[in-house]
Amino acid sequence: MRRLLNARPRGGGRLLLGLLPIAILILLYLVASQARHAENPRDKILPTPAAMAESMEIMALQKDPRTGEIPLAADTKASLTRLGIAVGAAAATTLVLGLSIGLLPYARAGLGPLVATISVIPPIAVLPILFIVFGLGETAKIVLIFVGITPFMVRDLASHVAAIPEEQIVKAQTLGASTWLVALQVALPQAMPRLIDSVRFSLGPAWVFLISAEAIASDVGLGYRIFLVRRYLAMDIILPYVAWISLLAVIIDLALLTWSRTAFRWAHAPGGRR
Amino acid sequence: MTPVLSFRNVWVEYGDHVVLEKVSLDVAPGAFVSIVGPSGAGKSTFLRLALGQEAPSRGEILLDGAPIPAEPGPDRGVVFQRYSVFPHMTVLQNVMFGARCDQAPLTGLLMGADRRQAKAEAVAILEQVGLSAALKAFPRALSGGMQQRLAIAQALITKPRILLLDEPFGALDPGVRLDMHELITGLWREHGLTILMVTHDIKEAFKLGTRVIAVDKRRHDPHAPKRYGSTAVYDFPLDDKQKTAIPREIAALGARD
Repeated sequence: MRRLLNARPRGGGRLLLGLLPIAILILLYLVASQARHAENPRDKILPTPAAMAESMEIMALQKDPRTGEIPLAADTKASLTRLGIAVGAAAATTLVLGLSIGLLPYARAGLGPLVATISVIPPIAVLPILFIVFGLGETAKIVLIFVGITPFMVRDLASHVAAIPEEQIVKAQTLGASTWLVALQVALPQAMPRLIDSVRFSLGPAWVFLISAEAIASDVGLGYRIFLVRRYLAMDIILPYVAWISLLAVIIDLALLTWSRTAFRWAHAPGGRR
Repeated sequence: MTPVLSFRNVWVEYGDHVVLEKVSLDVAPGAFVSIVGPSGAGKSTFLRLALGQEAPSRGEILLDGAPIPAEPGPDRGVVFQRYSVFPHMTVLQNVMFGARCDQAPLTGLLMGADRRQAKAEAVAILEQVGLSAALKAFPRALSGGMQQRLAIAQALITKPRILLLDEPFGALDPGVRLDMHELITGLWREHGLTILMVTHDIKEAFKLGTRVIAVDKRRHDPHAPKRYGSTAVYDFPLDDKQKTAIPREIAALGARD
């Protein structure tokens, strides 16, 4: 008998094994929902799939007579815009700061402690400050996400750039590269796959900050909607919205991974762990 | 003839720790100088000094009679034991990097005729080192020996005044190492290179070099091991006959390693 350590699932079996826990959870939900509805046909806590489909038809296909927009589409657009601007700005800032701190001893001495200090501040704690400074509009929400994820990303990228072997940096200089060319041609391309990874990991916290900000002050957005309908115990809307947010997160993650694999082929071992 | 590289009474000290003391050395044009010595004797410090990665505490280092710049530059090429090539560039891009830095200091990108010429030169040198079949491969797809061939081709493209080799074949299998010895000797003759090689392999040092310099401490105080630094304790100019026999005092140095 082989040790359990060495037994590996293969091919279809592996896929099936991965789907099994998900199927069990869905089944458990259906059974529980059925049981509650048997007791009370108007139960709101565990809505049936039919009820969820009915509510989502209103949210996803019909225009809100007040705003003239489809709620799900408007919420998705607003949330993704906020997320996109914030994460884009965070990535751009990270590239500039991470490369500088990773490559230049003067930048490391000057900015390292500041970034380290900022990164220990809990972002939600500064949300009131952001609302006071930037008002309750879009800016405060975008800044919250930016403040929440940038320091971590900068530190991660800076340490990755600083870990480029010194041999490479010296070699580049013996081939005539200036500081600028070392940054542009040696460090930047090697930083990109790591930055994409870092964005992928930061998207989790970014969603948390987005939904928190939308829950507190907003009039449109995925987070705003689920906190709004919470007042009516509308689980038939909340659950599909959560599923939709998860689906968006998975799609964004896969898109980033695919980009990294195609544009930075050298960084991904064929069939390797990354 | 002005030596390509000279060390004039060079000392390297970190506080009380003396690494090198009183090192004076001239490298003549066209010489292949091997530096050998036990681990920790400061062999690599020679290369760091020549590269400008480190400055001597006392004394001076001259390149073609002028003080060397205090940082690495295209006049001194280098091949390290590892990590000498850029993992994100193909073989061809790695070799063209020197031309790109030289001719496109702003973007690092070449266009049109410049690009074609740089590419032709790179392809020619890659052919000499035996990599013409792998132009589009990334370094991770190459064996250790092939990566070192690439690193050498990359260093030669800028036509450095002196080529510095830091244990260049130390991580290779014995068979591959022999191939590399042939390659570097051929390139040295063909391009009229001046080479300074640091190695811990004494046989290799004698086989390849036209001159072997052994680095070790002349004096040793067991109560203060850092008090005295290393210097060039033996300096053998070699002709072809001598290349077969390794002097006994040098062999003893290797046995201590």
